[in-house]
Amino acid sequence: MKIKSIDALLNEHPFFEGMRPEWLELISGCGRNVAYRPGETIASEGKPCNEFFAVRRGQVAIEIYSPGAGACTIQTLGDGAILGWSWILPPYVWMFDIRAIETTHAVHFDTTCLRDKCDESPEMGYEFMRRFAAVMSDRLRATRLQLLDVYGNSGRAHGSG
Amino acid sequence: MHTEAAERLVPTPYVVRDAWQETHNVVSLELAPEGDGVLEPCAPGQFNMLWAFGAGEAPISASSVGASGSAVLHTIRQAGNVTRALCAAAPGDVIGLRGPFGRGWPLERARGRDVIVMAGGIGLAPLRPVLEHLETFRDDFGRVTLLYGTRSPEDILFRGELENWRGRFDFDVQVTVDTAVRGWASNVGAVTELLPRAVFEPERSMALLCGPEIMMRFCIQALRGRGVPPEWIHLSMERNMKCAVGLCGHCQWGADFVCKDGPVFPLDRIEGRLSVRER
Repeated sequence: MKIKSIDALLNEHPFFEGMRPEWLELISGCGRNVAYRPGETIASEGKPCNEFFAVRRGQVAIEIYSPGAGACTIQTLGDGAILGWSWILPPYVWMFDIRAIETTHAVHFDTTCLRDKCDESPEMGYEFMRRFAAVMSDRLRATRLQLLDVYGNSGRAHGSG
Repeated sequence: MHTEAAERLVPTPYVVRDAWQETHNVVSLELAPEGDGVLEPCAPGQFNMLWAFGAGEAPISASSVGASGSAVLHTIRQAGNVTRALCAAAPGDVIGLRGPFGRGWPLERARGRDVIVMAGGIGLAPLRPVLEHLETFRDDFGRVTLLYGTRSPEDILFRGELENWRGRFDFDVQVTVDTAVRGWASNVGAVTELLPRAVFEPERSMALLCGPEIMMRFCIQALRGRGVPPEWIHLSMERNMKCAVGLCGHCQWGADFVCKDGPVFPLDRIEGRLSVRER
């Protein structure tokens, strides 16, 4: 079986779609292929975050632990998702626990390496941040919809037309 | 008043043949005619007015149009006095029915197309007849995708049917909830988050939406973002329907009466109204 290079894997990922080949080559130098088994912890709340993941296949849960209530799943992410943005801004720590629900294949990025490359090439760094902003915007919009509790008592009453 | 319209204001007695709890606040009622009077069967997306004697009337979509014989199935969420009375109905109780009313889902137009069904909460009930239709006439349609969002795993409707559709392998069924504890092995998040993973050809698709209006507005943005044309997006709207025959004006919405001209509308007809704030 032929093993795909990191930049070939990134080429197939929606986050990197249309990115200049020379940038992809540069970015792929900070990435490595990883896989997690169901139930395996990918990241833990409060731990340093010098990484993010481009999920290729699988499903992960973003969780928060509450004493007495246990782990509560806030969101799940699957194929094509970007996981983790705590590396962008201080204090560079994971804010939630991340756990694989299914066998999950991803590209793991060392963001210390990536930040250096973005500093060296501001044009690439800008493009990178623009794409991250789009991911954050989508995630925020979805979270707002969740917060509205539209299916609760204020929602549609009884399934009528 | 026209005689025909007047006749449609008189309820026909139906007896509760079976009643069961779907979730903690949602009940399904299988209703059969009590006497000689029998209503026409509902088309997918149409609704009947259900009269709980002593409490009042509520518009409820048929949640299955394939119920045996002349029986009809309605799934009701407790939201107020009338729906509370309907949900409390037991086998043998009599309920008044008027209908069927309104325009349903344009399934004939969807033939040959990919079909994306997006439902939220109790909004799955008016769409269940669509899925039954797609199941029966599966070869007439392209890819079939059901994206269903609800509050928690405990609030999921029609679990058996969802499992059956998922098990067919020619239905892509994705369920998401707003919150869950560990042990829930499916999606958590907004229903719109399921769309990027759905496989369909936007230009050759029809999307059918039913759920809270805010959810549907978000779904519209996501579907338009994928390139589904507005004339191929259909929504089931809910307004304060009273007479159900377009006489009283309670459900007037722009130039339309939701009871008569809807409840299912194509987006290109109503898009401008969705952002109009009502008092």
